[in-house]
Amino acid sequence: MASSIRVRATSNGDTTEVQALIQHPMDSGFVKDAKGEIIPPHFIQVLTFEYDGKPVFVADWGGGVSKDPYVKFAFKGGKKGDDLKVSWVDNKGATDTTTAKIQ
Amino acid sequence: MSAATRAIFAASALLIATATAALAASDADYKAAYAAAEAANKEAGLLRNQWTTTASTLSAAKKAGEAGDFDTAVAQAKEAEALAKASIFQATSEKERWKDMEVR
Amino acid sequence: MTRRFAIRAAIATLALGVLALAPAAHAAGAVNPAADKAAFQKFFTSKFPKLKPEDFVNGPYSMNEDLHKQWEEKEQFPPYEFSLEAGKEMFSTPFKNGKTYADCFPNQGIGIRQNYPYFDEKEGKVVTLELALNRCREANGEAPFSYVKDDMAALTAYIAFTSRGKPMDIKIPDDPRALEAYQKGKEYFYTRRGQLNFSCATCHIQSPGERIRAEVLAPALGILNAMPIYRSEWSGMGTTSRRFTTCNSQIRGVPLNPQDDEYRNLEYYLSYVSNGLPISGPGARP
Repeated sequence: MASSIRVRATSNGDTTEVQALIQHPMDSGFVKDAKGEIIPPHFIQVLTFEYDGKPVFVADWGGGVSKDPYVKFAFKGGKKGDDLKVSWVDNKGATDTTTAKIQ
Repeated sequence: MSAATRAIFAASALLIATATAALAASDADYKAAYAAAEAANKEAGLLRNQWTTTASTLSAAKKAGEAGDFDTAVAQAKEAEALAKASIFQATSEKERWKDMEVR
Repeated sequence: MTRRFAIRAAIATLALGVLALAPAAHAAGAVNPAADKAAFQKFFTSKFPKLKPEDFVNGPYSMNEDLHKQWEEKEQFPPYEFSLEAGKEMFSTPFKNGKTYADCFPNQGIGIRQNYPYFDEKEGKVVTLELALNRCREANGEAPFSYVKDDMAALTAYIAFTSRGKPMDIKIPDDPRALEAYQKGKEYFYTRRGQLNFSCATCHIQSPGERIRAEVLAPALGILNAMPIYRSEWSGMGTTSRRFTTCNSQIRGVPLNPQDDEYRNLEYYLSYVSNGLPISGPGARP
């Protein structure tokens, strides 16, 4: 079963550029379905990228982030072949995590 | 009260009665107007060119009619009929006019 | 005697020749898809001389530099990835009776998207890819998919993906019914409809690269080559059927049913005039 997280990390000398696409409904809790009933809130609350055991990027999200969010950022450091760990927790307590090698 | 005054009262009452009757739509008026609008919209449907606004105006007419607000119902039905007729005109004239837009 | 015969023969041949030409001359108003296609493609290449023909399949992204940059970045991690993966799985999963989609299509259903729609001479109608897929399902005892929802979008996403780069290759057989279907599709494209009185041409011929509210309009050339598309506006994947029906309602016209004759003919016309341009589906759009 594929992870909900697609991630690609590329080392550019001093910095590492990271892109990630995460599969998640990100329901805000304000939208009604066809029957007129509220679709309950279901969204990622914390998204963490860790390198060498330390967080390099942490996002605190709410219902305003769209479905299947895409993230792009760069951090100082990171070597080719090293691990980058990505994990999220949503408002229902569900989690997912994946580890990718920096290219 | 003198005969003349009574006559004036009677005449005024009659005038007011007929005036308000002319202003107020009846259930029959609404049904007739709605049927006309629906028929026009059906014709537009055969031409494959109904407008969404025709449909929503028809619903508004029906809603008002069912609530007993026949003045609104008739007004909405007449508006719906106008929209439906416009959509028929559009479909008919576009049978030839489409060529104006063609890239040649 | 020989010379007179020769002259008579020459006159006869000339007369026959003229007769042969006459129908063509009479048919100056007749359907000529090849001429239409040439004029159609020339209209756009002249309007946007800096673009290569294949650029047109990227719609608004070829119309606006800022959008183009954002799109290039996005293509590294395209939003349609999840749908594409789901489609691949659906395509390879057998039906309850053990058969698969591959059994219904030429070349096992791989690399065939550029041949759709085609004119089915037995049926006398245009058959689109979406229609063919549902017919395959029904022929094998499966319920058909909605033409406007995620399942059909995922399936056509995968099938388009296997044809990426292949030039659109729509055929119009020498059959008056096929020519009629093509012509009806063309007529639909240019006919104004809905309370807003727009035709497809109003936006996609008259105003490509310009804005309608906040959106940059795509050129009609190559507009179906990227289908199905992940639209940010929909927060999801959408089929050609979905786009046709929503376009209709956006201009306040009541949409027809997906895969009604008008839509099939429209898809036939629009695909044919984009022949030669590469399939770029599945695509992403704003």
